[in-house]
Amino acid sequence: MSTVPASPLLKIHRIDKSYGGTQVLKSCSLEVAPKETIVIVGPSGSGKSTLLRCVNLLESVDAGNILFEGRDLTRELKRVHQVRQQIGMVFQNFELFSHLSAIENIMLAPMSVAGVSRLDAHDLALALLNKVHLRERADHYPDQLSGGQQQRVAIARALAMKPKVMLYDEPTSALDPEMVNEVTEVMAELSAEGMTSLVVTHEMGFARRAADRIVFMEAGEVILTESSEQFFSGTTHERARRFLDQILH
Amino acid sequence: MSLSLLFDYLISADFVRGAAMTLAITVVSLLCGMLIGLVLALLQGSRNRVARTFTFLYLWLFRGTPVLFQIIFIYNVLPSFGIRFSAFVCAVLALSLNEGAFMSEIFRSGLHAVKQGQRTAGFALGMNGAKVFRHIVLPQALRVVLPPIGNQMIGMLKLSALVSVIAVQELLLVANQAASANFRYLEALSAAGIYYLAFTTLFMLLQGWMERALNRRRKSAVRRTSFAERLLGVSQPVVR
Repeated sequence: MSTVPASPLLKIHRIDKSYGGTQVLKSCSLEVAPKETIVIVGPSGSGKSTLLRCVNLLESVDAGNILFEGRDLTRELKRVHQVRQQIGMVFQNFELFSHLSAIENIMLAPMSVAGVSRLDAHDLALALLNKVHLRERADHYPDQLSGGQQQRVAIARALAMKPKVMLYDEPTSALDPEMVNEVTEVMAELSAEGMTSLVVTHEMGFARRAADRIVFMEAGEVILTESSEQFFSGTTHERARRFLDQILH
Repeated sequence: MSLSLLFDYLISADFVRGAAMTLAITVVSLLCGMLIGLVLALLQGSRNRVARTFTFLYLWLFRGTPVLFQIIFIYNVLPSFGIRFSAFVCAVLALSLNEGAFMSEIFRSGLHAVKQGQRTAGFALGMNGAKVFRHIVLPQALRVVLPPIGNQMIGMLKLSALVSVIAVQELLLVANQAASANFRYLEALSAAGIYYLAFTTLFMLLQGWMERALNRRRKSAVRRTSFAERLLGVSQPVVR
């Protein structure tokens, strides 16, 4: 799984991004094969989240290309809404819509964007809640759910648009430690089923278990891309190894 | 005080018509004002410099001058530019324009209360700006703006008495005219006061009903407040 096939689903090619005077992404490149799970690690402020947000155009890029199924997203800004329908995203702070119940959160996009009927959206949402093991919480509102439950609903909400790739932006960073597993469990299940995933996380347990490849970023640059086995069995990259030691101990 | 005279005033055609006029002015001005306010609030948040300057001038003008001034101005100055409206239209126009300025500030705070992350989550699902606004921002902002809008409703009812100066036959003018015929001010003004209080009570009930409708899920969590508590305005949640 560690070799990149000829036709990647997503190809990030030498993208640059600056905020004001600071360059947060420096010529970042990354290829993601279909069904692959890639975990992006690195110290905070290294540009991991920005890279992720560039993929679904929540952030514009200053230079470089993002090829999704061969089409350059940086040239498709007019189709941005259609593009995003195929890219699911999960946020650090869940961002469930606070005025909607769990099931309504999941039904909203299929109904309002994809034109799915209420009945079908309801069936779909129930199936997805089942998948994230929260069927009995369908009618609860976000503030009646624990952080772990909210994040699982958020994953179901993203899946409702039947995305071709999932982006996870530090999905467990805002969670109490005892809730991390229920979320990474669901993510690992999805990866095992072949959902292409791009994950920014510090959960090395998840990375070891579910990732095909690890990308190490520092100061806005992709420094290392390595197979998961290689990375965890003692990466030869000195800076990456020091980082790994730091967060494992 | 003659209760029978008071009762006669209450059910007299003039008073009923005056009360209906007051209610009509209030409701129409309020709805137009909300529309203007929403547009202003959205313009204010836009990146367009011209739009922002326009809203700034609008707020400066309509919040900076008395409503009474605006009513008299519109009624007396517009005709000299060849624009002729009935007194009722002038009244509604002035009150709506004035209300819009205050409503825009209320809506702005409501829109501001919706966290950016909620919008981002909507966009990430592939929704466009209009859908994010309609399905995510507006429903959440409405919860925030409902209590201050209730205030504005009641405020507008009372402001409507000002249009008596341009001879719109609303409740206060009717009462004043009735009283000046026989100097029974107590009865005539009491009758008008009863109508005002009845409308205010109606608005408060309406507001309570709307708040509960928007919050239907939290029925058990919210402390049920008695009608008397709401009337007296002592239903603020206790901060512990």
